[in-house]
Amino acid sequence: MNELKPIVAIDSLRVEFPTDGGTVVGVKDVSFTIQPGETVCVVGESGSGKSVTSLSLMRLVEFGGGIITGGQLRFTRGDGSEIDVARTDAATMQSIRGNEIGMIFQEPMTSLNPVFTIERQLVDGLMTHRKLSREAASARALELLKEVRIPEPERRLKQYPHELSGGMRQRVVIAIAMACAPRLLIADEPTTALDVTIQAEILALIDRLKRENGMSVLFITHDMAVVAQMADRVVVMYRGNIVEQGPVTEIFERPQQDYTKALLAAVPRLGAMRGKDRPEKMPVLMADTQPAAPAPEKTSLAPRVLLDVKGLTTRFPVKRGPLRLTVANVHAVEDVSLQLNVGETLALVGESGCGKSTTGRSILRLVEPLSGTVTLDGWDVRSLGTTDLRRARRDMQMIFQDPFASLNPYRRLRDQVAEPLINFDVARGKELDDRIATLFDRVELPRDFLRRFPHELSGGQRQRVAIARALATDPKLIVADEAVSALDVSVRAQILNLMMDLQADLGVSFLFISHDMAVVERVSHKVGVMYLGRIVEFGTRQQIFDNPQHPYTRTLLAAVPIADPRQKRHLDDKVFRTIPSPVHPAGYQPPPSLYDEIEPGHLVLRPQLTGLPQCPSRTASPNCTPRSPPGAGTSTSIPKPCTTPSVPRPSSPRSCVSSAATR
Amino acid sequence: MKRFLSTKGVIGASLVLLVLFVALIGPLLIAPEMATKMDMRARLAGPSFNHIFGTDQLGRDLFFRVMLGTQTSIGIAGTAVLLSIVIGLPLGIVSGYYRGHVDNVLMRLVDTLLAFPALLLALVISAMLGPNLQNTIIAVGIAFTPFLARIVRGEALRVAQMPYVEAARASGTNDLMMIVRHILPNIMPQVIVQATISLAFAILAEAGLSFLGLGTQPPNSSWGLMIQASRDYLDVAPWTALVPGGAVALTVLGLNMFGDVLRDVLDPRVKG
Repeated sequence: MNELKPIVAIDSLRVEFPTDGGTVVGVKDVSFTIQPGETVCVVGESGSGKSVTSLSLMRLVEFGGGIITGGQLRFTRGDGSEIDVARTDAATMQSIRGNEIGMIFQEPMTSLNPVFTIERQLVDGLMTHRKLSREAASARALELLKEVRIPEPERRLKQYPHELSGGMRQRVVIAIAMACAPRLLIADEPTTALDVTIQAEILALIDRLKRENGMSVLFITHDMAVVAQMADRVVVMYRGNIVEQGPVTEIFERPQQDYTKALLAAVPRLGAMRGKDRPEKMPVLMADTQPAAPAPEKTSLAPRVLLDVKGLTTRFPVKRGPLRLTVANVHAVEDVSLQLNVGETLALVGESGCGKSTTGRSILRLVEPLSGTVTLDGWDVRSLGTTDLRRARRDMQMIFQDPFASLNPYRRLRDQVAEPLINFDVARGKELDDRIATLFDRVELPRDFLRRFPHELSGGQRQRVAIARALATDPKLIVADEAVSALDVSVRAQILNLMMDLQADLGVSFLFISHDMAVVERVSHKVGVMYLGRIVEFGTRQQIFDNPQHPYTRTLLAAVPIADPRQKRHLDDKVFRTIPSPVHPAGYQPPPSLYDEIEPGHLVLRPQLTGLPQCPSRTASPNCTPRSPPGAGTSTSIPKPCTTPSVPRPSSPRSCVSSAATR
Repeated sequence: MKRFLSTKGVIGASLVLLVLFVALIGPLLIAPEMATKMDMRARLAGPSFNHIFGTDQLGRDLFFRVMLGTQTSIGIAGTAVLLSIVIGLPLGIVSGYYRGHVDNVLMRLVDTLLAFPALLLALVISAMLGPNLQNTIIAVGIAFTPFLARIVRGEALRVAQMPYVEAARASGTNDLMMIVRHILPNIMPQVIVQATISLAFAILAEAGLSFLGLGTQPPNSSWGLMIQASRDYLDVAPWTALVPGGAVALTVLGLNMFGDVLRDVLDPRVKG
């Protein structure tokens, strides 16, 4: 492969962004090559310049205000001629973009134009670049949709982007990128916004397309596990420079640079916690060198239940018509029961739309649940009046996913952390200042940050402020809603460790809401797996991870990419999963959640009773969900609904019954 | 402070200061007679040494008239916009923050007001209350309230759904504090921009009312009155329109630039 002429040779690329405050260098000095038929993964944390590099290759960086100020971007065209993309005129670039180089973006919703049909979006590129007639282009569009294995392609052509699920939209984006059979495909974090099972499908799809078409792939990602699964060669970037590059097995098994080692160490690996009965801190190489100690055990008191939730149900009405009548309900949380002990972490894990966030918010009464009981430390949270509820909020706090949005940009950090203390009149004057300073110490932020505004901090630092604010009133329960999902891997490890330290020191309990199985395995004592508003499996961490019983849990575990290039899985991308709709017509009474107790504390949702007016695609009916073999490492059989084709988004009022017959 | 010293900031602030200076000091420096003295021999005269901005159809000096008009125009428009903020801001915030029935009722009310052209609305109010300075202000102020309320509501809706509002609620912040600490600071940029735009329209609205005999009464002068009076002489004496028109344009330009910079200064995220 090496004797071939590389399809792309980047040589000392430098990209600058002139701004009012001076020039920012996005990429300092980057050189690497991509051989034909090779997948090169560029990996790095935010701000490393990985996206800028790929945008430069398309010369799209100029639309973002960047200027290529140095280096060469040699691209070998289809006819064998070589051009320097950095010095090519706009017209030639036009003929390369989308034609010889295809690109897939992160957000499948925003990279499709919402006002055009799928067909229109596919056909446009074909007519421009391939000079096809409309009929020929339409025929080719259908072919492409078949190639990316979208079910019912004929129907999809006439649909608009919002009618498709996230995974299907990303398939359409890939189809568009593949339309002109490009020789190089640039994929910029193509699966970051997708659920883990859909991520597995999309990765498999990209891999298959690459192998079948002999195309090269430049894959940008921050996820080392995805790198392990996809890459032939890896380029590690940090702050605009290449730290290290080499074949994937070399990078993973014999990393030379400290940064690469730290990056690898910070990746939580699924299965790393096997046989350990307590959560364990993540090794963080750059921050401290002491070996990771297991989270110290609280003095062995008998476990005391802090939070007891029974039969929690939250539905959102779908209103239609001039009278705003409730025609249907989104069954976001359906008969959920769980228990959380003092000083422990309960993880709720599941994919987007499964109701895990709503569960957390219902417990805090940030949304009002429909029924069920929530008992926090002996208090019935649901029966509290406004005043009592406010008081109860001292005991239950929340950390949000997006550290950029969860802090008010117009207030100083001190004031934001002081807010709960002032609200509850916990402290005043000097005492207040002392408490805030202590809180900043607790979350390991320097005290001179007190006077700063949120925008002056990095994502990880902001999340520390959010944690400080949540800790201010000495709460007993903190709901952490995807609290580390938006953070870079190394920062994520630090925040997780901080949370574990706080738990050990303060005895605070966490309800840890996450979609990331590997992180959940690290931090939790107990785990609840959620699907379609219900907990399908509940148990201790070992019970869930070592002995998963529910088919959905197994699917989820099997879909997590493994951060080991020697365990590459050739996934079958034919399996297509659609999540049944949680929208049911008004008046619909879903069956209760019934569980089988497999061993003490390990509950598995029983297949729903027949005879009840139930959705044909309820989670666990055995004839719907092919069970994957135990120890599933090779298969991604996914709990498939029986008949339901693509299901509308939750915003649609369609019932599950009628969704089986969607247009 | 550094941010004020950008080109935009300097020009905007200078223009605003100039206008304010003229509005406040002008009446002290020039006697009203200088602006009302008629000189029939120099009717509609172009700019000259004696009359640097020329004269109007009655031979009155446009330079002095535009200076004297400043106070009336800025005073009426400024107070009217202030009034529209005082009414519209709470209305919009309550609507956007509480939503539900409160929102429905308030916004249908606002929609009703929006259904009439602002000028017509001001006209009706002014006619009902009788023509004097105070009523002109009330009329223009109420006429501009719906626009502001609409914009504030949209912003409040957006801000109320931000995670930091939810975080504050989870920290036990009550509604009043939520609005004061979190909602208000985050919608102020839009309010400032809208206010500077409204001010320009308010100057013109006052002109319209004056033209119909419901605003400023002669012999007082305002920019709007001057623009309206000039319409018959546009072909022979375009400066009669250009002088007050230019004053409006410069004021609005200055206010817009000033508003932009002010918005940036208030935003801690924008660095100087």
